[in-house]
Amino acid sequence: MRDPSEVRQGTASVEQRVDAIEAAFDERGMKPGEFIVEFNHLAEERWVPDNGAKVVAKAWTDPDFKQRLLTDGRRAVAELGITMPAHHRHLVVLENTPTLQNVICCTLCSCTAFTIIGLPPDWYKDLEYRSRVVRQSRTVLKEMGLDLPPEVEIRVWDTTADTRYMVLPVQPPHTIGWSEEELARLVTKDSMIGVARL
Amino acid sequence: MDGMHDLGGKQGFGRIRYSLHAQVFHEPWEKRVNALYSLAVKLGIFNMDEYRHAIERMEPRHYLTASYYERSLTSLATLCVEKGIVTQEELERRADGVFPLAAPSAPGRSNVAGRERFKPGDRVRVRTDYVPGHVRMPGYIRGKTGVVVSESPAYPFPDAHAHGVKAADEPTYDVRFRSEDLWPNSSDPALVHVAVFQSYLERVR
Repeated sequence: MRDPSEVRQGTASVEQRVDAIEAAFDERGMKPGEFIVEFNHLAEERWVPDNGAKVVAKAWTDPDFKQRLLTDGRRAVAELGITMPAHHRHLVVLENTPTLQNVICCTLCSCTAFTIIGLPPDWYKDLEYRSRVVRQSRTVLKEMGLDLPPEVEIRVWDTTADTRYMVLPVQPPHTIGWSEEELARLVTKDSMIGVARL
Repeated sequence: MDGMHDLGGKQGFGRIRYSLHAQVFHEPWEKRVNALYSLAVKLGIFNMDEYRHAIERMEPRHYLTASYYERSLTSLATLCVEKGIVTQEELERRADGVFPLAAPSAPGRSNVAGRERFKPGDRVRVRTDYVPGHVRMPGYIRGKTGVVVSESPAYPFPDAHAHGVKAADEPTYDVRFRSEDLWPNSSDPALVHVAVFQSYLERVR
Protein backbone atom coordinates (compact mmCIF):
# COMPACT_ATOMS: atom_id res chain seq x y z
CA MET A 1 0.00 0.00 0.00
CA ARG A 2 1.12 3.52 -0.78
CA ASP A 3 2.45 5.57 2.11
CA PRO A 4 -0.54 7.81 2.98
CA SER A 5 1.74 10.74 3.78
CA GLU A 6 3.09 10.77 0.23
CA VAL A 7 2.64 13.96 -1.77
CA ARG A 8 -0.62 13.89 -3.67
CA GLN A 9 0.29 15.33 -7.01
CA GLY A 10 -2.00 13.97 -9.64
CA THR A 11 -4.78 12.82 -7.35
CA ALA A 12 -7.77 11.62 -9.34
CA SER A 13 -10.97 13.63 -8.94
CA VAL A 14 -13.60 12.22 -6.60
CA GLU A 15 -15.82 11.46 -9.60
CA GLN A 16 -13.01 9.47 -11.26
CA ARG A 17 -12.43 7.60 -8.01
CA VAL A 18 -16.11 6.71 -7.61
CA ASP A 19 -16.22 5.61 -11.27
CA ALA A 20 -13.18 3.39 -10.62
CA ILE A 21 -14.84 1.60 -7.71
CA GLU A 22 -18.15 1.24 -9.50
CA ALA A 23 -16.40 -0.21 -12.57
CA ALA A 24 -14.38 -2.62 -10.41
CA PHE A 25 -17.57 -3.77 -8.67
CA ASP A 26 -19.34 -4.11 -11.99
CA GLU A 27 -16.57 -6.27 -13.45
CA ARG A 28 -16.86 -8.58 -10.43
CA GLY A 29 -20.57 -9.11 -10.98
CA MET A 30 -21.64 -7.10 -7.93
CA LYS A 31 -24.29 -5.20 -9.94
CA PRO A 32 -23.57 -1.73 -8.49
CA GLY A 33 -25.73 0.12 -11.04
CA GLU A 34 -28.91 -1.65 -10.00
CA PHE A 35 -28.13 -1.25 -6.33
CA ILE A 36 -27.47 2.49 -6.65
CA VAL A 37 -30.89 3.05 -8.21
CA GLU A 38 -32.62 0.90 -5.61
CA PHE A 39 -30.75 2.42 -2.67
CA ASN A 40 -31.26 6.01 -3.74
CA HIS A 41 -34.94 5.35 -4.13
CA LEU A 42 -35.01 4.28 -0.47
CA ALA A 43 -32.94 7.30 0.57
CA GLU A 44 -35.16 9.78 -1.24
CA GLU A 45 -38.61 8.24 -0.87
CA ARG A 46 -38.55 6.17 2.32
CA TRP A 47 -35.99 7.63 4.73
CA VAL A 48 -37.67 10.99 5.03
CA PRO A 49 -38.55 13.22 7.98
CA ASP A 50 -42.27 12.71 7.21
CA ASN A 51 -41.87 9.43 9.14
CA GLY A 52 -40.72 11.21 12.27
CA ALA A 53 -43.37 13.88 11.76
CA LYS A 54 -46.07 11.19 11.81
CA VAL A 55 -44.62 9.82 15.05
CA VAL A 56 -44.57 13.26 16.66
CA ALA A 57 -48.14 14.10 15.59
CA LYS A 58 -49.38 10.77 16.93
CA ALA A 59 -47.56 11.34 20.25
CA TRP A 60 -49.15 14.80 20.57
CA THR A 61 -52.66 13.49 20.03
CA ASP A 62 -52.54 10.06 21.71
CA PRO A 63 -51.15 10.05 25.28
CA ASP A 64 -51.05 6.22 25.43
CA PHE A 65 -48.97 6.11 22.25
CA LYS A 66 -46.69 8.80 23.64
CA GLN A 67 -46.13 6.71 26.76
CA ARG A 68 -45.27 3.66 24.65
CA LEU A 69 -42.97 5.79 22.50
CA LEU A 70 -41.06 7.08 25.51
CA THR A 71 -40.84 3.56 26.97
CA ASP A 72 -39.73 1.66 23.84
CA GLY A 73 -39.30 3.87 20.80
CA ARG A 74 -38.43 1.10 18.36
CA ARG A 75 -41.56 -0.90 19.11
CA ALA A 76 -43.81 2.18 19.11
CA VAL A 77 -42.68 3.48 15.70
CA ALA A 78 -43.20 -0.03 14.29
CA GLU A 79 -46.92 0.39 15.14
CA LEU A 80 -46.94 3.13 12.47
CA GLY A 81 -45.17 0.87 9.98
CA ILE A 82 -41.82 2.62 10.42
CA THR A 83 -38.83 0.31 10.57
CA MET A 84 -35.23 0.74 11.66
CA PRO A 85 -32.15 -1.11 10.38
CA ALA A 86 -31.36 -4.31 12.29
CA HIS A 87 -28.30 -2.76 13.92
CA HIS A 88 -30.33 0.12 15.40
CA ARG A 89 -31.64 -2.01 18.25
CA HIS A 90 -32.81 0.82 20.43
CA LEU A 91 -34.61 4.14 19.85
CA VAL A 92 -34.66 6.64 22.69
CA VAL A 93 -37.20 9.42 22.30
CA LEU A 94 -36.30 12.63 24.10
CA GLU A 95 -39.26 14.75 25.14
CA ASN A 96 -38.77 18.49 25.15
CA THR A 97 -40.75 20.68 27.55
CA PRO A 98 -41.06 24.46 27.76
CA THR A 99 -38.03 24.40 30.11
CA LEU A 100 -36.00 21.56 28.56
CA GLN A 101 -34.35 21.38 25.13
CA ASN A 102 -32.79 18.10 23.96
CA VAL A 103 -30.30 18.24 21.09
CA ILE A 104 -28.71 15.29 19.26
CA CYS A 105 -25.34 15.04 17.53
CA CYS A 106 -22.60 12.58 16.60
CA THR A 107 -19.17 13.96 17.47
CA LEU A 108 -17.30 10.94 16.06
CA CYS A 109 -19.05 10.61 12.67
CA SER A 110 -22.65 11.19 11.56
CA CYS A 111 -24.93 8.63 13.25
CA THR A 112 -28.66 9.39 13.20
CA ALA A 113 -32.01 7.60 13.25
CA PHE A 114 -32.12 8.20 9.49
CA THR A 115 -35.08 5.94 8.73
CA ILE A 116 -37.19 8.12 11.04
CA ILE A 117 -35.94 11.68 10.91
CA GLY A 118 -34.31 11.45 7.45
CA LEU A 119 -30.66 11.41 6.42
CA PRO A 120 -28.58 13.92 8.37
CA PRO A 121 -28.27 17.41 6.83
CA ASP A 122 -24.86 18.68 5.67
CA TRP A 123 -24.19 20.89 8.71
CA TYR A 124 -24.83 17.95 11.11
CA LYS A 125 -21.88 16.11 9.53
CA ASP A 126 -19.61 19.18 9.43
CA LEU A 127 -16.58 19.68 11.65
CA GLU A 128 -18.08 22.78 13.28
CA TYR A 129 -21.28 21.22 14.62
CA ARG A 130 -19.51 18.05 15.74
CA SER A 131 -16.76 19.87 17.63
CA ARG A 132 -18.79 22.65 19.20
CA VAL A 133 -22.31 21.52 20.06
CA VAL A 134 -21.27 19.40 23.07
CA ARG A 135 -19.19 22.15 24.60
CA GLN A 136 -20.89 25.37 23.50
CA SER A 137 -24.47 24.16 23.18
CA ARG A 138 -26.28 27.39 24.02
CA THR A 139 -23.96 29.52 21.88
CA VAL A 140 -24.26 27.15 18.92
CA LEU A 141 -28.06 26.98 19.13
CA LYS A 142 -28.22 30.77 19.27
CA GLU A 143 -26.04 31.03 16.16
CA MET A 144 -28.44 28.64 14.45
CA GLY A 145 -31.38 30.88 15.29
CA LEU A 146 -32.59 29.23 18.51
CA ASP A 147 -32.02 31.77 21.27
CA LEU A 148 -33.19 29.93 24.39
CA PRO A 149 -34.15 31.83 27.53
CA PRO A 150 -31.75 31.17 30.44
CA GLU A 151 -34.34 29.08 32.33
CA VAL A 152 -34.36 26.44 29.56
CA GLU A 153 -32.04 23.57 30.42
CA ILE A 154 -30.07 22.01 27.54
CA ARG A 155 -29.30 18.31 27.24
CA VAL A 156 -27.01 17.21 24.42
CA TRP A 157 -27.05 13.55 23.30
CA ASP A 158 -23.91 12.29 21.55
CA THR A 159 -24.70 9.26 19.33
CA THR A 160 -21.50 7.34 20.04
CA ALA A 161 -23.02 3.82 19.84
CA ASP A 162 -25.92 2.16 18.03
CA THR A 163 -28.66 3.60 20.21
CA ARG A 164 -30.53 6.14 18.10
CA TYR A 165 -32.28 9.27 19.34
CA MET A 166 -35.06 11.52 18.17
CA VAL A 167 -36.38 14.65 19.83
CA LEU A 168 -40.09 14.99 20.54
CA PRO A 169 -40.70 18.73 20.16
CA VAL A 170 -43.18 20.71 22.25
CA GLN A 171 -46.55 21.07 20.55
CA PRO A 172 -47.23 24.74 19.77
CA PRO A 173 -50.17 25.76 22.04
CA HIS A 174 -52.21 27.25 19.20
CA THR A 175 -52.36 23.85 17.47
CA ILE A 176 -54.27 22.02 20.21
CA GLY A 177 -57.20 20.23 18.58
CA TRP A 178 -55.65 20.01 15.10
CA SER A 179 -55.76 16.71 13.22
CA GLU A 180 -52.73 14.41 13.08
CA GLU A 181 -52.26 15.20 9.38
CA GLU A 182 -52.26 18.96 10.02
CA LEU A 183 -49.88 18.58 12.94
CA ALA A 184 -47.47 16.35 11.02
CA ARG A 185 -47.05 19.08 8.42
CA LEU A 186 -45.59 21.39 11.11
CA VAL A 187 -42.82 19.04 12.18
CA THR A 188 -39.36 19.58 10.67
CA LYS A 189 -36.21 17.47 10.61
CA ASP A 190 -34.40 20.21 12.56
CA SER A 191 -37.00 20.14 15.34
CA MET A 192 -36.41 16.37 15.71
CA ILE A 193 -32.65 16.97 15.89
CA GLY A 194 -33.39 19.61 18.51
CA VAL A 195 -31.83 22.68 16.90
CA ALA A 196 -35.21 24.32 16.29
CA ARG A 197 -38.49 24.74 18.19
CA LEU A 198 -41.87 24.83 16.51
CA MET B 1 -7.12 5.78 18.52
CA ASP B 2 -6.98 9.44 19.42
CA GLY B 3 -7.63 10.44 15.82
CA MET B 4 -8.60 13.62 14.04
CA HIS B 5 -12.19 12.36 13.81
CA ASP B 6 -12.62 12.71 17.57
CA LEU B 7 -13.87 16.27 17.37
CA GLY B 8 -16.12 16.70 20.42
CA GLY B 9 -14.96 19.70 22.43
CA LYS B 10 -12.13 20.70 20.09
CA GLN B 11 -11.82 24.47 20.08
CA GLY B 12 -11.28 26.96 17.31
CA PHE B 13 -13.93 25.87 14.82
CA GLY B 14 -16.15 28.63 13.48
CA ARG B 15 -19.86 29.13 12.96
CA ILE B 16 -22.06 26.23 11.92
CA ARG B 17 -22.78 26.46 8.19
CA TYR B 18 -26.47 26.16 8.83
CA SER B 19 -29.35 26.73 6.49
CA LEU B 20 -33.04 25.95 6.71
CA HIS B 21 -33.96 22.90 4.61
CA ALA B 22 -30.28 21.99 4.28
CA GLN B 23 -29.23 19.43 1.70
CA VAL B 24 -28.09 15.88 2.40
CA PHE B 25 -26.23 15.55 -0.90
CA HIS B 26 -24.66 18.23 -3.09
CA GLU B 27 -23.27 16.28 -6.06
CA PRO B 28 -24.54 13.19 -7.91
CA TRP B 29 -21.34 11.22 -7.12
CA GLU B 30 -22.08 11.56 -3.40
CA LYS B 31 -25.25 9.51 -3.79
CA ARG B 32 -23.33 6.86 -5.70
CA VAL B 33 -20.66 6.59 -3.00
CA ASN B 34 -23.27 6.36 -0.29
CA ALA B 35 -24.98 3.51 -2.13
CA LEU B 36 -21.71 1.71 -3.02
CA TYR B 37 -20.50 1.52 0.56
CA SER B 38 -23.94 0.23 1.62
CA LEU B 39 -23.68 -2.41 -1.11
CA ALA B 40 -20.28 -3.50 0.24
CA VAL B 41 -21.77 -3.79 3.75
CA LYS B 42 -24.74 -5.71 2.40
CA LEU B 43 -22.42 -8.12 0.54
CA GLY B 44 -20.50 -8.69 3.78
CA ILE B 45 -17.21 -7.22 2.50
CA PHE B 46 -16.94 -5.18 5.70
CA ASN B 47 -19.06 -4.15 8.68
CA MET B 48 -19.98 -0.68 9.93
CA ASP B 49 -17.28 -0.65 12.61
CA GLU B 50 -14.61 -1.44 10.03
CA TYR B 51 -16.11 1.26 7.84
CA ARG B 52 -16.01 3.89 10.59
CA HIS B 53 -12.49 2.90 11.57
CA ALA B 54 -11.16 3.19 8.02
CA ILE B 55 -12.44 6.79 7.98
CA GLU B 56 -10.68 7.42 11.29
CA ARG B 57 -7.44 6.02 9.85
CA MET B 58 -7.30 8.70 7.17
CA GLU B 59 -4.27 10.90 7.50
CA PRO B 60 -5.46 13.99 9.46
CA ARG B 61 -4.57 16.42 6.69
CA HIS B 62 -6.68 14.40 4.27
CA TYR B 63 -9.49 13.89 6.80
CA LEU B 64 -9.89 17.61 7.47
CA THR B 65 -9.83 18.69 3.84
CA ALA B 66 -12.02 15.88 2.47
CA SER B 67 -15.76 16.37 2.25
CA TYR B 68 -17.99 13.98 4.18
CA TYR B 69 -18.58 11.77 1.13
CA GLU B 70 -14.92 11.81 0.12
CA ARG B 71 -14.22 10.31 3.55
CA SER B 72 -16.84 7.69 2.81
CA LEU B 73 -15.22 6.99 -0.57
CA THR B 74 -11.76 6.69 1.00
CA SER B 75 -12.97 4.21 3.60
CA LEU B 76 -14.79 2.12 0.96
CA ALA B 77 -11.71 1.97 -1.28
CA THR B 78 -9.30 1.27 1.59
CA LEU B 79 -11.36 -1.67 2.84
CA CYS B 80 -11.87 -3.10 -0.65
CA VAL B 81 -8.08 -3.08 -1.09
CA GLU B 82 -7.42 -4.52 2.37
CA LYS B 83 -10.02 -7.27 1.85
CA GLY B 84 -8.52 -8.23 -1.49
CA ILE B 85 -11.51 -7.23 -3.64
CA VAL B 86 -9.38 -4.90 -5.75
CA THR B 87 -5.81 -3.58 -5.74
CA GLN B 88 -4.84 0.04 -5.34
CA GLU B 89 -3.05 -0.25 -8.71
CA GLU B 90 -6.28 -1.27 -10.43
CA LEU B 91 -8.17 1.59 -8.79
CA GLU B 92 -5.51 4.11 -9.84
CA ARG B 93 -5.42 2.76 -13.37
CA ARG B 94 -9.18 3.03 -13.65
CA ALA B 95 -9.28 6.48 -11.99
CA ASP B 96 -6.34 7.68 -14.08
CA GLY B 97 -4.60 9.25 -11.09
CA VAL B 98 -3.55 8.86 -7.48
CA PHE B 99 -6.21 7.23 -5.27
CA PRO B 100 -5.34 8.10 -1.66
CA LEU B 101 -6.28 5.49 0.94
CA ALA B 102 -6.36 5.48 4.73
CA ALA B 103 -3.34 4.43 6.81
CA PRO B 104 -3.03 0.78 7.90
CA SER B 105 -4.86 -0.48 10.97
CA ALA B 106 -3.31 -1.12 14.39
CA PRO B 107 -4.46 -4.11 16.51
CA GLY B 108 -7.91 -4.18 18.08
CA ARG B 109 -8.86 -5.54 21.50
CA SER B 110 -11.53 -7.69 23.10
CA ASN B 111 -13.86 -6.81 25.97
CA VAL B 112 -12.27 -5.51 29.15
CA ALA B 113 -12.05 -8.10 31.98
CA GLY B 114 -14.34 -7.58 34.96
CA ARG B 115 -17.12 -5.71 33.20
CA GLU B 116 -19.89 -4.68 35.55
CA ARG B 117 -23.63 -4.36 35.04
CA PHE B 118 -24.91 -0.91 35.95
CA LYS B 119 -28.36 0.46 36.66
CA PRO B 120 -29.84 3.91 36.31
CA GLY B 121 -28.50 6.23 38.98
CA ASP B 122 -25.14 4.45 39.35
CA ARG B 123 -22.10 6.69 39.34
CA VAL B 124 -19.50 5.56 36.84
CA ARG B 125 -16.08 6.67 35.65
CA VAL B 126 -14.79 6.28 32.10
CA ARG B 127 -11.62 4.18 32.18
CA THR B 128 -8.44 5.97 31.18
CA ASP B 129 -7.70 3.56 28.34
CA TYR B 130 -5.51 4.45 25.38
CA VAL B 131 -5.93 2.04 22.48
CA PRO B 132 -4.22 2.04 19.09
CA GLY B 133 -7.23 0.63 17.18
CA HIS B 134 -10.91 1.50 16.91
CA VAL B 135 -12.74 2.81 19.96
CA ARG B 136 -16.12 4.53 20.33
CA MET B 137 -15.20 6.50 23.44
CA PRO B 138 -14.93 10.18 22.57
CA GLY B 139 -11.75 11.59 24.15
CA TYR B 140 -13.64 14.27 26.03
CA ILE B 141 -15.12 11.76 28.50
CA ARG B 142 -11.92 9.82 29.25
CA GLY B 143 -11.42 9.63 33.03
CA LYS B 144 -14.60 11.63 33.67
CA THR B 145 -17.37 10.74 36.11
CA GLY B 146 -21.07 10.65 35.24
CA VAL B 147 -24.39 9.03 36.13
CA VAL B 148 -26.02 6.14 34.27
CA VAL B 149 -29.47 7.00 32.90
CA SER B 150 -30.27 3.86 30.88
CA GLU B 151 -28.99 0.62 29.39
CA SER B 152 -29.24 -0.50 25.75
CA PRO B 153 -29.52 -4.01 24.30
CA ALA B 154 -26.16 -5.75 23.69
CA TYR B 155 -24.18 -4.78 20.57
CA PRO B 156 -21.00 -6.07 18.97
CA PHE B 157 -18.02 -4.50 20.79
CA PRO B 158 -16.60 -1.98 18.28
CA ASP B 159 -12.97 -2.22 19.50
CA ALA B 160 -13.07 -5.89 18.46
CA HIS B 161 -15.64 -5.82 15.65
CA ALA B 162 -13.60 -3.31 13.61
CA HIS B 163 -10.60 -5.66 13.69
CA GLY B 164 -12.01 -9.16 13.35
CA VAL B 165 -11.21 -9.85 17.01
CA LYS B 166 -13.50 -12.25 18.87
CA ALA B 167 -15.54 -10.62 21.63
CA ALA B 168 -18.86 -10.87 23.43
CA ASP B 169 -21.64 -8.42 22.61
CA GLU B 170 -22.14 -5.93 25.39
CA PRO B 171 -24.63 -3.20 26.29
CA THR B 172 -24.01 0.50 26.15
CA TYR B 173 -25.04 2.88 28.88
CA ASP B 174 -26.36 6.36 28.35
CA VAL B 175 -24.23 8.27 30.82
CA ARG B 176 -25.02 11.83 31.86
CA PHE B 177 -22.09 14.21 32.38
CA ARG B 178 -22.11 17.86 33.38
CA SER B 179 -20.38 20.04 30.81
CA GLU B 180 -18.78 21.79 33.78
CA ASP B 181 -17.07 18.51 34.76
CA LEU B 182 -15.95 17.82 31.20
CA TRP B 183 -14.49 21.28 30.56
CA PRO B 184 -14.24 23.18 33.87
CA ASN B 185 -14.84 26.92 33.49
CA SER B 186 -14.78 26.49 29.73
CA SER B 187 -18.17 25.41 28.44
CA ASP B 188 -21.81 26.46 28.26
CA PRO B 189 -23.76 24.87 31.15
CA ALA B 190 -25.53 21.74 29.89
CA LEU B 191 -25.94 18.05 30.52
CA VAL B 192 -24.07 15.96 27.96
CA HIS B 193 -25.30 12.39 27.47
CA VAL B 194 -22.97 9.90 25.82
CA ALA B 195 -23.66 6.27 24.83
CA VAL B 196 -20.76 4.40 26.44
CA PHE B 197 -19.87 0.73 25.98
CA GLN B 198 -19.75 -1.33 29.16
CA SER B 199 -16.02 -2.08 28.71
CA TYR B 200 -15.22 1.62 28.94
CA LEU B 201 -16.83 2.08 32.36
CA GLU B 202 -15.96 1.36 35.98
CA ARG B 203 -18.06 1.90 39.08
CA VAL B 204 -17.33 4.86 41.33
CA ARG B 205 -17.29 3.41 44.85
